[in-house]
Amino acid sequence: MTAFVDIDDVTLVYKGANGGVHALDRFSVSLQKGEFAAVVGPSGCGKSSLMKLVTGLVPPDFGKIQIGGETVRGPVKMAGMAFQNPNLLPWRKVIDNVLLPLEIVQPHRSRFRREKERYREEARALLATVGLDGFAERFPWELSGGMQQRVSLCRALIHSPALLMLDEPFAALDAFTREELWCVLRDLWEKIGFTVILVTHDLREATFLADRIHMMSARPGRLVMTKEIPFPRPRPIEVCFEPAFTDIVHELRAKIGEVRKG
Amino acid sequence: MSTNAMERLSPWLFTLGMFLIWEIVCRAFKVDPFILPAPSQIFVAMGQYWWPLAKNSFVTLWTTLAGFALAVAFGIVLGIVVGWSRAIYRGLYPVMIGFNSVPKVAVVPILVIWFGIGEIPAILTAFLISFFPIVVNVATGLSTIEPELEDVLRALGAKKLDIMLKIGIPRTQPYLFGSLKVAITLAFVGTVVSETIAANAGLGFLMVQAGSNFQMPLVFAGLLLLAAEGIVMYAIFAYVESYFVGWAFRSSMSAGG
Ligand SMILES: Nc1ncnc2c1ncn2[C@@H]1O[C@H](COP(=O)(O)OP(=O)(O)OP(=O)(O)O)[C@@H](O)[C@H]1O
Ligand SMILES: [Mg+2]
Repeated sequence: MTAFVDIDDVTLVYKGANGGVHALDRFSVSLQKGEFAAVVGPSGCGKSSLMKLVTGLVPPDFGKIQIGGETVRGPVKMAGMAFQNPNLLPWRKVIDNVLLPLEIVQPHRSRFRREKERYREEARALLATVGLDGFAERFPWELSGGMQQRVSLCRALIHSPALLMLDEPFAALDAFTREELWCVLRDLWEKIGFTVILVTHDLREATFLADRIHMMSARPGRLVMTKEIPFPRPRPIEVCFEPAFTDIVHELRAKIGEVRKG
Repeated sequence: MSTNAMERLSPWLFTLGMFLIWEIVCRAFKVDPFILPAPSQIFVAMGQYWWPLAKNSFVTLWTTLAGFALAVAFGIVLGIVVGWSRAIYRGLYPVMIGFNSVPKVAVVPILVIWFGIGEIPAILTAFLISFFPIVVNVATGLSTIEPELEDVLRALGAKKLDIMLKIGIPRTQPYLFGSLKVAITLAFVGTVVSETIAANAGLGFLMVQAGSNFQMPLVFAGLLLLAAEGIVMYAIFAYVESYFVGWAFRSSMSAGG
């Protein structure tokens, strides 16, 4: 079976006035369709750069990236993205924030005016699945940080992307809210079945959510190891308290310690 | 009295108090009205010369508004151009700083040579002095779009124009409205500077005339009317701002200006 996302031998160098920054070095990873992958690594190793490469925002200097069998040559249009900062637009209501991608991406863009009601209905349903029914007509500043991040997830998913790219989406939340949102993401993923690349600093988060964890070295980022997470699906949050889970987290932690020393 | 009513009244009370102290100081120390006329003398002059004051206030008001309107139109267009790309921003910014550093008093004689004595130099001075904060604020609003938000949209295939229409322009509104308050008061400064140098109407002209006739109460009457016009215009734009971009006050995004 061929991979859905294939990052093949990719090198990325940012050119700057005083020499380039070698961000990624001969990095290769591939994902099956519907797979949940996590990427972990020391700060500054090029994880966010990887996100930009996969979504086609920056071209690689060497190597190539294929999604669904096609080489990425520009913005991919079929990916949803969410970041640590929810970045909602304060002048738009929650529901209009969620609908924003539909005003941009085809074929929704040309249908948007005509079928507004249907799209609003879809957005409301999506908001309800993340526990935000009744908040559609509020403004973002009326919501807590965790709720804003749920809205940001909805915005990333409203155009039914085949690929979801998450760059430390839960890093700014408190521990309880974070675990709540792990479950929200898990449920969405099990229900809809998109492919996910999740960048995170939190090894427990990666172990709980992912099918595979890819670890990167310090800059320039290389692939150091790939860890399969064996826990069966659907995974209840209680998995986090099993000894096998803790063992994996410890193993990853030890490895990342080595990698950081270089 | 509730604190709310107190807050509404306090600007009036403070103004009244200021006039009272002024009056008392003038009377207590027997200040020469030629140095500093007391408010009562100023108000008498206002009553006496109400028609020339009204006529010239109106001239100052409309020339200021004309210059300000030009500044808004031109400022928004230039602000969008400057905020559109980093390269333009970098290239044009020093030029504008240099332009803004030139005292506008120095420009008035040139304008007079070009356009003659009258309203046009006043309108242009008001324009020149007030467009800068508008440009800077509009450009700042556009060029400080969160890069991650831009990435979210660009990854979906959004063009620069989409990003400007969906994010840039709405996001720049609090900056724009904030700058209008500053710009309108600057525009008054511009008009009056030009009127005092070369004009045959307007409050600035009237004050120069009154001054050369040693009518100090009338000079001060002109000053007070000028201040009043400035306050009214500022209040109008402060209201417009809170009406259109109330969301910016409630969200964490702060308005410039
Ligand atoms: N636009 C850019 N221009 C130049 N250098 C950049 C740019 N973006 C990132 N870099 C550099 O590339 C390297 C990798 O950056 P990246 O943001 O991908 O790291 P990261 O793994 O996401 O880090 P963190 O975990 O702290 O978010 C860093 O050293 C950074 O300085
Ligand atoms: Mg990063």
